[in-house]
Amino acid sequence: MRKFLTTTAMIALAVAGAGASARAADVKEVQMLHWWTSGGEAAALNVLKQDLSKEGYAWKDVPVAGGGGDAAMTALKAMVAAGNYPTASQMLGYTVLDYAQEGVMGDLTATAKKEGWDKSVPKALQKFAVYNGKWVAAPVNVHSVNWLWINKAVMDKIGGKQPKTFAELIALLDKAKAAGVVPLALGGQNWQEATMFDSIVLSTGGPEFYKKAFNDLDEASLKSDTMKKSFDNLATIVKYVDPNFSGRDWNLATAMVIKGDALVQVMGDWAKGEFVAAKKTPGTDYLCYRFPGTEGSVIYNSDMFGMFNVPADRKAAQVALATATLSKSFQSAFNVVKGSVPARTDVPDTAFDACGKKGIADLKAANEGGTLFGSLAQGYGAPPAIANAYKDVVSKFVHGQIKTSDEAVKQLVQAIDDAR
Amino acid sequence: MSSVATTEPVSARRPAVSLRARLQDALPKIVLAPSFAITLVFVYGFILWTVYLSFTNSKTFPSYALTGPRAYQRLWRWTFESDPPSSWYTSIVNMGIFGFLYIFICLALGLLLAILLDQKIRGEGVLRPIFLYPMALSFIVTGVAWKWFLDPGLGLEQTLHQFGWTSFHFDWIKNKDFVIYTVVIAGVWQASGFIMAMFLAGLRGIDSEIMKAAQIDGASPFQLYRRIIIPLLRPVFLSAFIVLAHMAIKSYDLVVALTSGGPGGSAWLPSNFMYEYTFKRNEMAVGSASAVIMLMTISAIIVPYLYSELKEKAR
Repeated sequence: MRKFLTTTAMIALAVAGAGASARAADVKEVQMLHWWTSGGEAAALNVLKQDLSKEGYAWKDVPVAGGGGDAAMTALKAMVAAGNYPTASQMLGYTVLDYAQEGVMGDLTATAKKEGWDKSVPKALQKFAVYNGKWVAAPVNVHSVNWLWINKAVMDKIGGKQPKTFAELIALLDKAKAAGVVPLALGGQNWQEATMFDSIVLSTGGPEFYKKAFNDLDEASLKSDTMKKSFDNLATIVKYVDPNFSGRDWNLATAMVIKGDALVQVMGDWAKGEFVAAKKTPGTDYLCYRFPGTEGSVIYNSDMFGMFNVPADRKAAQVALATATLSKSFQSAFNVVKGSVPARTDVPDTAFDACGKKGIADLKAANEGGTLFGSLAQGYGAPPAIANAYKDVVSKFVHGQIKTSDEAVKQLVQAIDDAR
Repeated sequence: MSSVATTEPVSARRPAVSLRARLQDALPKIVLAPSFAITLVFVYGFILWTVYLSFTNSKTFPSYALTGPRAYQRLWRWTFESDPPSSWYTSIVNMGIFGFLYIFICLALGLLLAILLDQKIRGEGVLRPIFLYPMALSFIVTGVAWKWFLDPGLGLEQTLHQFGWTSFHFDWIKNKDFVIYTVVIAGVWQASGFIMAMFLAGLRGIDSEIMKAAQIDGASPFQLYRRIIIPLLRPVFLSAFIVLAHMAIKSYDLVVALTSGGPGGSAWLPSNFMYEYTFKRNEMAVGSASAVIMLMTISAIIVPYLYSELKEKAR
């Protein structure tokens, strides 16, 4: 019995000793909360894992039950409430600022200075990555939502050409309708409808108007005639969907375009990932144009890795992660796979396809010209309460609960006011 | 230990016995204490916490400064916004439609199936599990399966069109005014077999002497069921009602899997509203207030019903 006790004590001591020695050195591990688990996204993230393992850092996914962004955010909320921060978490827009306000985010300013993020990351993105002058997140990519994705074979068959104005787009849709294909592939879920409406508002009112209404939430603009006109245009364009559109997932709508059942989809550039996965080439199989009337402006959203205020021994791993995330090589490799464009404007575009090259050039121009705007539908125009109230109104308008543009504008102002 | 055989003095034995008796007395309490404490904290404690949060202006994270009933005022205003319907209005109207139809149809269908199965038919052993099986599926599976089946481009409508019946039209799941009824269909499909099993057990428990006596007195089969058997099944109705009512209120996942909220949010139930506002829109106060209203509504229905049923039994 005594021998047993002695052994136990020795083991206990050994364990404690091991624990102490591990604590003395840095933890060579990155704990990451994310929901990039599907094929292409997981492959893209693998690049980062490999970059980090070269520097000797192990990668540990924080498990999320049920996958998906909502489940991940609920899990994150619980972890933070318990004081158990991950090294970093995938985050969107205002979520970063919400957590920063709670004082749980780390400070990456030193790294940012060293790597020159201030100059290379677009100013509009810094609004979400920098809080009170401190870098709290590393942007991973920039998606833009004002794109048209067109099946080239169908386009050739109906003899269409690139629409330059909203009226030309409608004329093109008419041609497709006459030829017996579904003109507009749309998934009738509120975020898809609102994402399309972002582009329509930019096209109808121009960059100045979009910024005032959807980024500054200026009430006069929200209830202006231009906004009514935008809703009228939305009513016009949704007449071109198939009767079965309601509730469809976005990737199924993209598949309709890929297969040639439909002519065009208005969707963010994550749709390109579907074309790439189906082994299609831009220019020969499909075409990417800016939504007519929005050339020169970019409505963006961006994935960020929010960096938490971890204990000192885990800080080195966090810095390594942040540095690797915004390294030019990773930015290029990751975004080629993901379909988005790099979150810094000084990454060479050689590895990208035609649509990617255009995306990079557009982002650069929009950043310099001050026409890079956050997407309201994607949660980069206003906090989630307002963004969701907006999606409600657009969706109710599309599905007929709200019947007129006048009513829609009134509801929009009211809903945004409620959510403020 | 037998007390007769012991030779110990009485005075020495008494405390031992009373200790044992006391332990025996306390044992159920000791065993129940952990679960009692857990229930107290995690159910009733959090109910109180939710009530508290509903009077704050909590957004993404709970905040503890009381700011008055603003969340309730907003919900109250939304309750009367019917044109265009506010999300809250849609949710409570849907709850009424869904709750009533789901409970009523499940009870009616379950009773009917049970009575038919109770006719000493052949193959009952095969039929019973077939009806009961849907209950073994989760709401998510039921929702996805029915979503595909009811989708006009994939399921029933498409199949019948391929068979040549091209005028057939069934697009409720895509229609903002009818989508809630598809939730009823899927819900009834899942639960009615279980209700059938409950009624079947009740029917088997009825004393056959009573039925024989009624038959000798010349009661027709209809009268037999109407006047004797169904009234005798009253306790089963109570259990079935409670089971169905709580399932109706919890059918959040069915709505999500089947309709993802429906066109323009037209299939929302209050539970969807609560989750959406608390976790997606970062309006924890409004979400908490809606949860409190749900709790009070359920209590208003269930408590009087339980009270009247249980009081009658006690008499």
